[in-house]
Amino acid sequence: MRWLSDRTVAHLKHVAEWPDLAETKYALLEEIGRGGMGTIYLAEDRVLGRRVALKVVSTGASDPAAAARMLREARVIARLEHPGIVPVHDAGTLPDGRMFYAMKRVDGHRLDEVALGDGATLADRLRVFQKICEAVAFAHAHGVIHRDLKPDNVMVGPFGEVLVMDWGVAKVLEEAAEPPAPIHPGPPSATAEGTVLGTPAYMSPEQAAGRADRVGPAADVYSLGAILQFLLTGRAPFDEETALRRARGEAGLPPQPFRRRDGKLPTPLAALAGKAMATDPADRYASVEELAADVARYLDGGHVLAHRETVREKAARVFARYRTPILLIAAYLLMRTLLFLYSRRS
Amino acid sequence: MARDTDMGGPGGGRFPATRHSAVLAAQSPDLIERERGLAILLETYWRPAYKYVRIRFGESNEDAKDLTQSFFVRALEKDFFDGYDSEKGSFRTYLRTCLDRFVANEKKAAGRAKRSPGAPLLPLDFDGAEGELSQQDPPDPASMEQYFHAEWVRSLFALSVERLREECARRGKDLPYLLFERYELDRDPDEKLTYERLAEEFQIPATQVTNFLALARREFRRIVLERLREITATDREFREEARSLLGVSE
Repeated sequence: MRWLSDRTVAHLKHVAEWPDLAETKYALLEEIGRGGMGTIYLAEDRVLGRRVALKVVSTGASDPAAAARMLREARVIARLEHPGIVPVHDAGTLPDGRMFYAMKRVDGHRLDEVALGDGATLADRLRVFQKICEAVAFAHAHGVIHRDLKPDNVMVGPFGEVLVMDWGVAKVLEEAAEPPAPIHPGPPSATAEGTVLGTPAYMSPEQAAGRADRVGPAADVYSLGAILQFLLTGRAPFDEETALRRARGEAGLPPQPFRRRDGKLPTPLAALAGKAMATDPADRYASVEELAADVARYLDGGHVLAHRETVREKAARVFARYRTPILLIAAYLLMRTLLFLYSRRS
Repeated sequence: MARDTDMGGPGGGRFPATRHSAVLAAQSPDLIERERGLAILLETYWRPAYKYVRIRFGESNEDAKDLTQSFFVRALEKDFFDGYDSEKGSFRTYLRTCLDRFVANEKKAAGRAKRSPGAPLLPLDFDGAEGELSQQDPPDPASMEQYFHAEWVRSLFALSVERLREECARRGKDLPYLLFERYELDRDPDEKLTYERLAEEFQIPATQVTNFLALARREFRRIVLERLREITATDREFREEARSLLGVSE
């Protein structure tokens, strides 16, 4: 009998855990991810000859709640046909009893891995952020609130495509109201499972307080603000300790302010993120579209509504936005003045 | 869709067809049934038991051999496992508790764990087990329960790998096992081994690699669950162990 090292035993545990795809059209290739609700495998669709991602529920089908959540997630994604949302191809039950769904295989990296990569300018990051906003706004328009937006749940493809993933705890507005749910007292990065809804570090205060009945589109606006803060500074809005306190239900804890070491962070963007992350939902942007529009205004050199600018700031912004015509006019005026003075002298 | 291939096992079902529990068989009044059950339990548990005695009680190689032999001989001769009540916990925990008690009693006794001259000698590969111990990092003395569990998993998987090899050979389908061995057992953690590369190594199409590996994994899973079914007493215990080991249930 051959000796199995600890590493081999751990690996075989995964292998034995791999879903049984006999009698399905899929052939399993490898495990590519693991989350609170399920494991994601790379598989080959042998009928269509393409590779897909299979998400398979982690616990057994004897846990009806887990299977129901998985099916619900597949259905939620299926109703959201948008370039920024990964499409679902298929769903069902495997021969070993586990629920699964097949989705497009996404090549790329998670936002938290690429956002601050070399060469990513502020404008690049803001354009990625706009694409996230577009996908979330589309979901809101179809009555779906993501509720777990965070950099880990956003994929950036090799051609700049942006995909919002993991709709496992999404709320469908037309469904019956859910009872208030406690927050999972796990690590700050752990996605909620079961009654757990969201990830504390990026979660709105009303969500952190377990007020599922009060969680609406504004909760996603908050999380988008937190993602924006991450994109601007490279860190989550909450340190680990604060995130854990929020996970324990301490609502209303303010996010970390922008620090001096965050560099020359444009004040309008800090104000924009701050408005998105306002404690009171009524103080946030009324919709994701409004948030995205303010970002667009910033990119176009316009006035960001979240920021009350001083005369000096306004002058600097107007100058930066209309630099070329202002310089041309100034040059023209200077030339005319010089000509006038020259003619007077001669 | 039809299965890509089949080795004849129950495979596609959620779980293998119910086999008689070796734990229940070991409690049977029927001598043949009893010996069958004990043989399966011995095969699965002797290595974890030997290593546990070596580490937990700090016994020498020879004393640990004697204690392990004596423990299982006593189990064969006496109604050792008759006291197991599945309502009170897993058989694995019960066996470890029995072993703790047995070793403590033996150490108290004047003869201190020496096998009686007439006791039958079980054909156990202690040298192999000793060699395995030398390859392992010493476990934390404070977590001997986890150590016993880890060794139990190791034994279960090693026996299942061996069974997979035997079944493949018996059916004249060595290739699925060889691929499984190369890809899942022998692959270096840093080695970037793709299916295409494996296909080149074995000079077969990549699609065959995919199918054979899927088959071998499925069979491995079936064998693990089959053995798990054998070494648990009740359906509930089986499901709990399966969930804990593989994260699956019915």
